[in-house]
Amino acid sequence: MRILVVEDDLEAQRYLVNGLKEAGHVVDDAADGETGLTLALSRPYDVAIIDRMLPKMDGLKLVAEMREHSNTTPVLFLSALSEVDDRVKGLKAGGDDYLTKPYAFVELLARIDALMRRRSPQTVKTRLQVGDLELDLLTRTAKRAGSAIDLQPREFRLLEYLMRHASQVVTRTMLLESVWEYHFDPQTNVIDVHISRLRAKIDKGFDTALLHTVRGAGYMIRARA
Amino acid sequence: MRAPSILRTQAYRIVLVYVAVFAVSVTALIAFTYWNTKRALDAQTDQIIEAEITGLSEQYQQLGLRGLADVVISRSAHGGPGLYLLANHLKQPIVGNLDAWPASVTLPGNFVEFDYQRRIENQLDTRRARGRVFVLAGGFFLLVAQDVHERYQTEQLFTTTLPWTVGLVLLLGLGGGALMSRNMLARLDSINRTSTEIIAGDLSRRVPIGDAHDEFDALAENLNAMLDRIERLMKGVREVTDSVAHDLRTPLNRLRNRLEATLRHLDPASAETVEIEAAVAETDSLITTFNALLLIAEADAGVTRGEMTAIDLAPIAADMAELYAPLAEEKGVNLEISPSGITMIDGNRSLISQALANLVDNAIKYTPSGGKVTVTVSETPHGAELRVADTGPGIPALERARVVERFVRLEASRNSPGTGLGLSLVAAVARLHDARLLLEDNMPGLRAIIRFPRHAPRRG
Repeated sequence: MRILVVEDDLEAQRYLVNGLKEAGHVVDDAADGETGLTLALSRPYDVAIIDRMLPKMDGLKLVAEMREHSNTTPVLFLSALSEVDDRVKGLKAGGDDYLTKPYAFVELLARIDALMRRRSPQTVKTRLQVGDLELDLLTRTAKRAGSAIDLQPREFRLLEYLMRHASQVVTRTMLLESVWEYHFDPQTNVIDVHISRLRAKIDKGFDTALLHTVRGAGYMIRARA
Repeated sequence: MRAPSILRTQAYRIVLVYVAVFAVSVTALIAFTYWNTKRALDAQTDQIIEAEITGLSEQYQQLGLRGLADVVISRSAHGGPGLYLLANHLKQPIVGNLDAWPASVTLPGNFVEFDYQRRIENQLDTRRARGRVFVLAGGFFLLVAQDVHERYQTEQLFTTTLPWTVGLVLLLGLGGGALMSRNMLARLDSINRTSTEIIAGDLSRRVPIGDAHDEFDALAENLNAMLDRIERLMKGVREVTDSVAHDLRTPLNRLRNRLEATLRHLDPASAETVEIEAAVAETDSLITTFNALLLIAEADAGVTRGEMTAIDLAPIAADMAELYAPLAEEKGVNLEISPSGITMIDGNRSLISQALANLVDNAIKYTPSGGKVTVTVSETPHGAELRVADTGPGIPALERARVVERFVRLEASRNSPGTGLGLSLVAAVARLHDARLLLEDNMPGLRAIIRFPRHAPRRG
């Protein structure tokens, strides 16, 4: 995957670029908004990681300009500013996701994976399937190996999100944001308890587990280990 | 915004007091003038009567009854204002220009007023007179009086007009007052409306200034100058928190990046990995504390980061209870939510959720297995309330005020994880919403209440 990184803190940029390269991505970098915009408009990228505060052209302005030029590259904002309504500003300017510094690298990787996935043309799905686990989005029912699984509405949304991102790492923060729509970290890891409940419902009594814990990162649902 | 009743305004109250004082003054002035004039006129009349009585009693002494009767007859014939009546000891008239002894005149000595009848061109006319009775030696009564009918009529006219005059003064005063206060009210209203908009978060608003250059314009100018200053200060605070956030997060970010990069190149089973993972965890807890502190600082400075909208507390509480339900169950704590109707407040959903999460988290953390945590949303006479009650050990009454301070942790909980900022953050979120955080005894346990101000539209 081809990724554009626009970050003026050169040390942070180096770690970011190295990390992404190690994860197998092709990375271009820029240290200011104008260079960033030139790159973004001249080459196709699968995702752009853009710092909120940049010299020459502010991150918000940069993304607004990209959108102005009908550039639809998914954008992940990085920001060292305070959170509460900065996120809203970032998303309004045309950003697709928002991450506050300091971030965990696994969180960043999981989020750009999700962004790239979102970009690939998706037909409107009415059914999701991972291994022998099936989710019918119309009737809101779940089945594993043909037998129905009784899910609470929130459990259904949780499973739906995991299955839409099958074979991808999904972090606790991503789940909290997408399934519960909370943009803060609860002191206790409440998500883990929800996951273990869900796991008991979909994996208990089956030989192959589908819902996996990715150490230090989050969770992943996939058919084969 | 509701236009306040004109009668309840300070301006109208001032007018009311003024009109009352004015009416009393006018009445007193008129009454004094009336009383004084009447006294002067009466004294004049009395003097005439006194002189006549003196003259007549001299006549009686010199000429006897016959002589007096002659004088009375001759004076009666004048047709002037003088009235005379000589009567015997039974008050039966002997001579004079009064037909009969007036019933109301009894005692000699004092001046009295009475009605009498007089025939003018065959018309019987009841008129007013003022006079005095004189007792002559020999048991005869002499009544000497003056016709005061004109004065009496003026007096009557005056007493019937007075209430109308006072009424008119009051009416004009109140009407004028209403007009005046309405004008003042319109000016005040525009100031109030601006203030309300500013309280609601739009700090760029200014009070409109007229071109009358009066006290109101001076007030508006001063208010605007004050607002400019506040806006500058708020902007300053915002810039400071932004740059503090930026300047602290940038090195923290590099630190975390560096640790993670190192971690990626280490053997996962090595001792260094464990150490560096611990360092990453420490960094994260540093970040958590820093974020909480920043949020508290912003809330205290009144820098609203998030937008305030009309929100319903009931689903916020229900969602939070749902999020924590499995955790509570795992701990053997019964987490309940009391059903409630729509409870609207002006607020920020994210911040209120975060505050509620802290309260529920704390409640579950401190409630022993088998205990109960209840989340309640209710509309009380004091305003909307968000309540989290537990059956844990509670907080001693003396410590309750202290626990909302930053970094205060009770000895009993010092070793359990937590930043010590949880309740301060709740208190800061409450302050940002003009709400109050109350900590009460749940007997047993702690009952934390966020009490929001009444949702009724704000009025200055």
